Amino acid sequence: MAFLDRTARSLLLGELLAGMALTLRYFFRPKVTINYPYEKGPLSPRFRGEHALRRYPNGEERCIACKLCEAICPAQAITIEAEPRPDGSRRTTRYDIDMTRCIYCGLCEEACPVDAIVEGPNFEFATETREELYYDKERLLANGDRWETEIARRLEMDAKWR
Amino acid sequence: MIAWVLAFFATPLGYLILTVLKALAILVPLLMGVAYLTYFERKVLGAIQLRKGPNVVGPWGLFQPFADAIKMIMKETVIPSGGNRALFLFAPMLTFFLAMIAWAVIPVNDGWAISDINVGLLYLFAISSLGVYGIVIAGWASNSKYALLGAMRSAAQMVSYEVSMGFVLVSVLLCAGSLNLSDIVRAQQHLWFCIPLLPMFVVFFISALAETNRAPFDIPEGESEIVAGFFVEYSSMAFGLFFLGEYANMFLMSALTSILFLGGWLGPFGLWPVLGPLWLILKICILLFVFLWVRATFPRYRYDQLMRLGWKVFLPLSLLWLVLTSGALLAFGWLPHA
Repeated sequence: MAFLDRTARSLLLGELLAGMALTLRYFFRPKVTINYPYEKGPLSPRFRGEHALRRYPNGEERCIACKLCEAICPAQAITIEAEPRPDGSRRTTRYDIDMTRCIYCGLCEEACPVDAIVEGPNFEFATETREELYYDKERLLANGDRWETEIARRLEMDAKWR
Repeated sequence: MIAWVLAFFATPLGYLILTVLKALAILVPLLMGVAYLTYFERKVLGAIQLRKGPNVVGPWGLFQPFADAIKMIMKETVIPSGGNRALFLFAPMLTFFLAMIAWAVIPVNDGWAISDINVGLLYLFAISSLGVYGIVIAGWASNSKYALLGAMRSAAQMVSYEVSMGFVLVSVLLCAGSLNLSDIVRAQQHLWFCIPLLPMFVVFFISALAETNRAPFDIPEGESEIVAGFFVEYSSMAFGLFFLGEYANMFLMSALTSILFLGGWLGPFGLWPVLGPLWLILKICILLFVFLWVRATFPRYRYDQLMRLGWKVFLPLSLLWLVLTSGALLAFGWLPHA
């Protein structure tokens, strides 16, 4: 009897048809594809992308060359050299990040006492040569200028969790 | 003028030209259909997997088949140094050629077949059996273990499924009383054969999947086990011909299923007989969608499962239904020409 039952069921293709009904339902579901270069998925305010050095609203760079980021960087991607300026303030003369070494852990951002080095929302900085990924201070400051609005908004959104 | 043209078409040369024109009238739309079937397949598979499918080349990606064709033509035809050069190039031509000549007997409308021969069904059966040669020759001439394995699988598969397919065809021809495809369609004027012969319809469709090496019977290709099976060594247009042949065969099998079971050019309940060819095209499209839908739904059969299904399920089932059909036809005096 069990044999007959099983045979009848398999001959009536019940399970196959159930499977096809399932795929047909999926056929009409909304698609999950994002049309990437034109549409982008949402990013968390904590997303750790390309680095940037920020400035104060008056245009003075925030970084005070404390070298905490250099010290904490697990990949040793950051190189900083510093000397006092004529006005007595302490600023970097060199601030390099080797982006090919960086592991995007965000510890530099955590370590920074003045919110100078941050990881911004930009993740589209692929290059054709390695050399282009050795970022210097100028490049990082330019990033900061370019992304400042976005970075400030993200910091504000994340502030209540910190 | 018209009389002159008709007289010209009656001469041998005119007849030849007329036949070439008729063949073009079938083959050009067929090849366009094949091109767009690849697009349609990618769209359907995409939709079922919650993707969009090709949508970049042209509006809604409609020019994708042309982009693919250009890419394929521009590539180099690599011929394996250990292979048999002549046979290697002959195999895709044979596959493509067979997929095309089968259309000679397909009636698109009442009397619209290039050659309305009275053994159309046998002819189609013979052509589809020959299809295995292209694959076996390709597998052998490639001098590659994967290709040879694919070819062997394909030979075994096609032989197994042709047997039950043959019995299905026999039960159809018993009901129609003719091997002529147009007569078979005319015999379905009142009742499509898919209703009295429903199990045969299903068996035939599943066998058609196996005959065209489509999923879930695509073990001759089996890209996850034997890379690409019999056409692993093929590139460029040699591969393209196999590809076109496979998709043209899908069209052919859908057309055959429509003609044998779904009343060919007849509308449902005799609706709008003027639409003729459009009904056939609509039926072919629906069946092709089922081909793709099945591909998106089921995983590939294992080799022994495939053999089991062919020999231990379909063969007894089709034999049983053949006996039942002939019994019923005799018992109730429904035999055609009786």
